[in-house]
Amino acid sequence: MSNQDQNIDIEQYKISTEPYYEAMGDEVALYEAAYAARMPVMVKGPTGCGKSRFIEHMAYKLGKPLITVACNEDMTASDLVGRYLLDANGTRWLDGPLTTAARIGAICYLDEIVEARQDTTVVIHPLTDHRRTLPLDKKGELINAHPDFQLVISYNPGYQSMMKDLKQSTKQRFTGLDFDYPDSKVETAIVVKEAGIDEAIAAKLVKIAHTARHLKGHGLDEGISTRLLVYAAILMNNDINAKSACHMALVTPITDDKDIRDTLIHSIDSIFA
Amino acid sequence: MTTEFQEYRDRLKCSFGQLEDVFDDCIKDALRNLSNQGIEDYLSGASMVCMIGRGFEPVLDYLEEMPGIAERLDEDMLKVISQAVWDMSRTPNGNSIPPFMQCLPEASRRLGSSNQMKKFIEIIFEMMHATTGSIHGHHTTFPSPGLPDLLQQIPYLLSQLSLEGLKNWIDYGVRNYNDHPERQRDYFILQSADSKAMLQRERSGTLYMDHERQLDLYLRSMWEQHEYLVPYSLGFDELRKPVPYYDNMGMRIPDVYDDLNGVSGINRYRIALAHMAGHKRWSTRQIADNLSPFQRVAVEILEDSRIEALMLKEYPGMKKYLLALHPAPVEGSCDNEKESCVLHRLAMLSRAILDENHGYQNPKILDCVEQFHAALKDSESSSQEMLQIAISFTAKTRLQSDLSPNIRFEDTIVDYRDDNRHMWVFIEEDDEPEDMQAKPQETDEDKPEGLPPRHYQEWDYNTTSYKPDWVTLYESLHPPGNASDIDKILEKHAALANYLKRILDLLKPQHYVRVRYQEEGSELDLDVAIRSIIDFKSGAQPDPRINMSHKHDGRDIAVLLLMDLSASLNDIPDGCTQSILELSREAVTLLGWSIEQLNDKFAIAGFHSDTRHNVRYHHIKGFSEHWDDNVKSRLAAIEPGYSTRMGAAVRHAAHYLSGQVAEKKLLLILTDGEPADIDISDERILIEDTHKSIEELSAKGIYTHCISLDKKADNYIQDIFGSNGYTVIDHVEKLPEQLPKLFMSLTT
Repeated sequence: MSNQDQNIDIEQYKISTEPYYEAMGDEVALYEAAYAARMPVMVKGPTGCGKSRFIEHMAYKLGKPLITVACNEDMTASDLVGRYLLDANGTRWLDGPLTTAARIGAICYLDEIVEARQDTTVVIHPLTDHRRTLPLDKKGELINAHPDFQLVISYNPGYQSMMKDLKQSTKQRFTGLDFDYPDSKVETAIVVKEAGIDEAIAAKLVKIAHTARHLKGHGLDEGISTRLLVYAAILMNNDINAKSACHMALVTPITDDKDIRDTLIHSIDSIFA
Repeated sequence: MTTEFQEYRDRLKCSFGQLEDVFDDCIKDALRNLSNQGIEDYLSGASMVCMIGRGFEPVLDYLEEMPGIAERLDEDMLKVISQAVWDMSRTPNGNSIPPFMQCLPEASRRLGSSNQMKKFIEIIFEMMHATTGSIHGHHTTFPSPGLPDLLQQIPYLLSQLSLEGLKNWIDYGVRNYNDHPERQRDYFILQSADSKAMLQRERSGTLYMDHERQLDLYLRSMWEQHEYLVPYSLGFDELRKPVPYYDNMGMRIPDVYDDLNGVSGINRYRIALAHMAGHKRWSTRQIADNLSPFQRVAVEILEDSRIEALMLKEYPGMKKYLLALHPAPVEGSCDNEKESCVLHRLAMLSRAILDENHGYQNPKILDCVEQFHAALKDSESSSQEMLQIAISFTAKTRLQSDLSPNIRFEDTIVDYRDDNRHMWVFIEEDDEPEDMQAKPQETDEDKPEGLPPRHYQEWDYNTTSYKPDWVTLYESLHPPGNASDIDKILEKHAALANYLKRILDLLKPQHYVRVRYQEEGSELDLDVAIRSIIDFKSGAQPDPRINMSHKHDGRDIAVLLLMDLSASLNDIPDGCTQSILELSREAVTLLGWSIEQLNDKFAIAGFHSDTRHNVRYHHIKGFSEHWDDNVKSRLAAIEPGYSTRMGAAVRHAAHYLSGQVAEKKLLLILTDGEPADIDISDERILIEDTHKSIEELSAKGIYTHCISLDKKADNYIQDIFGSNGYTVIDHVEKLPEQLPKLFMSLTT
């Protein structure tokens, strides 16, 4: 397979500019330690709180290529591992992203892993224990993972249904990092930095986010994420007035429930006098 | 008779002796308010009222009130009302004339235009005609039982309802209680529960009950608090109007807020809740014993202001609402010599703190405002600090006249603020003798057994509206009988069971199935791929769908079988040897057994009713129960009785079905006749209500199917269940065989 290795352009998976990431605790050190041992890591947390950004940031810091796979419920094991395709000379094998990562020694990041079907998640098992191998049954090949290869998965324990939990046998192959929305100060700093907006306004946005986060479980599946706050701030930077920007970025996307909308609109109204 | 108004007096044809004493005053009033034509109408109208022969009182009412009403609305009222009184006197409802006259002034004030007033009179007359009793449809002979009571309630009703709402409220009472004079009266004096419920529904303004969730969300999101909200009614004429307050039991708020000064009702609720939530967050209790009542009031005002200031720091956008709702007392409008200005002064202080453009000059107030702002400049300050400022303010501004009983209340009531009962601790019990204290009552009532009753609405097709909380439903576990009876049924139908078993095996979900011919799939489908390559190599267009994938194929279905257990189940249909009940039981036994094989979620319940006050819902099998002896024994014990009020039972069944997690939900109804109950004479009502309940279910994603054993069902069943939602089984003796088959065909 050496000829195929040469075909892979590792550089395309490298992250060229440093992604901005504001550390909330000791997660950077923890991750570095886990990477040093090439331990599989799972990051948990609500949507838009910075999980993916953190992984990008770490990949940049460690100087490793990063292959991200967004999982969905139609994803099958072949989508991860690879499959035979037809071409003029018959069939041709094409590596899937997981296989590619194992060959080139990239960090393979499976985003929202619980969305994938359960038979899919099982294929990562041999890569995540002492074996560090990936058998390609159909091709009859056993890949020994590159020494730099590491597997990272993310999942959001909040809104998934009971049906979509990870198996214990999968969970227990990973070390875990818990993520949550950053505290007000850090979150304000993030909004200021990401959107380049005035700190006072950023603080107000964070306050609105907090009011929405209190409603989680009372009609909202997830509170307003940091990402949406940044969107709202960016809209304001483009000369949209505060209330319309909040309405567009913070209210409309997250709910269709009229009572919750009214409550959020009132809180926006109260905070942006 | 020495009146300068002799000319007018002569034109008024009425000879009551008492008239002479009052005529001069009345005509003076009339001359001031009315035109010449108006005077003419006034006098002829009064003559007409005099002629009806109901004594002097209506005449006096007319003379006294009409000039005012005519002036407020329009002079044509003079004729309209005298005519109305005349018309009313031609019916048996003479006793309603005095209350009718009495409600007019208030009605005219509330309604405000002559058109509205005419509509109002029309509504009253409609009600009168509808409720006045008649014999053989010719002569109206019995007075309307509810009319006098209704007229007495008019001022209150109009304060709560729009004219439209009033009409709906009256119509409802007339429709439902026309043949029951006592209940009709209960309704119109606002005694009965549904009378109040209807009133609440028709009410204008922002109702608490419509916004309960929003308010709860508001408290959670912006104040991180969760409180029980308890509404109180402002509708009762109490000496002291209730104000919001909170204690350990929850927050009390009015049941309705009208828009005020441009602040919508919902925002008024929010402000009131925010204020209380602010107290909960920032206030600490103070000892009350050492303070005089005046000092306490001052402390409360300053503490309220502090809460608002802190609230505005957090949510500056609330300021516009506070400014609109907080009264702005006019400086100098209170006369220190004549009345007590304590509250006025404090309201000014509170306004000045809130509104920097207050424009007040009083140096003591300005000084105190400054002190207040200094205290809150960099910190949250504290209740204790407010107490100090308040005491010094009271001391500085104290006046002799403060003690006067004549207190000026105007512009001092801040209605979103609570009564601050939470602020004070009394160290000493009050000094009343001990035996005066109310002892807590022993509440050792017998607890009702089983679950509390549930109330369901019922659809009234006449008005196309729901009757709120109309039906009372009691649910219970069906008492058990002998489980072996059911096993015997299975033995008896062993041949049928065997046959069913074969079908069931075919139905059992095949868990993993291939889906072939996919462009994208998990695996290459070699057969198709080779064919494609052959096509490709031979120059033909290859089929790109060369992959296959797998999918899970499971049954995910929840079924609830609702059995009609009404008395008619005892009948033995023609040509049968068993009663419908026995056949139904056999059918349900086979169905239950079959579904158990399929592992579907399945529940069985039975219902019957004895008027709207008593609908019984029996659980026979729950979703989580297996087909075991407990279930069998309950099924063995089912007994028919009473009638078939289906709508409420369907709604209740839906309540349980919607609690199930399943891809498809099915409600099977097994019945032997149309919905009916002994308190309903119009058979359409329950048919339409059941139809409505089926619509509600389909809105919830629950599919309904009715199995009717009534050969005459064709007349109505389509109206209830739609064209595909039912099966009529003509040969009842086939039911045990048909029911499981039907179920299987419905669910595959």
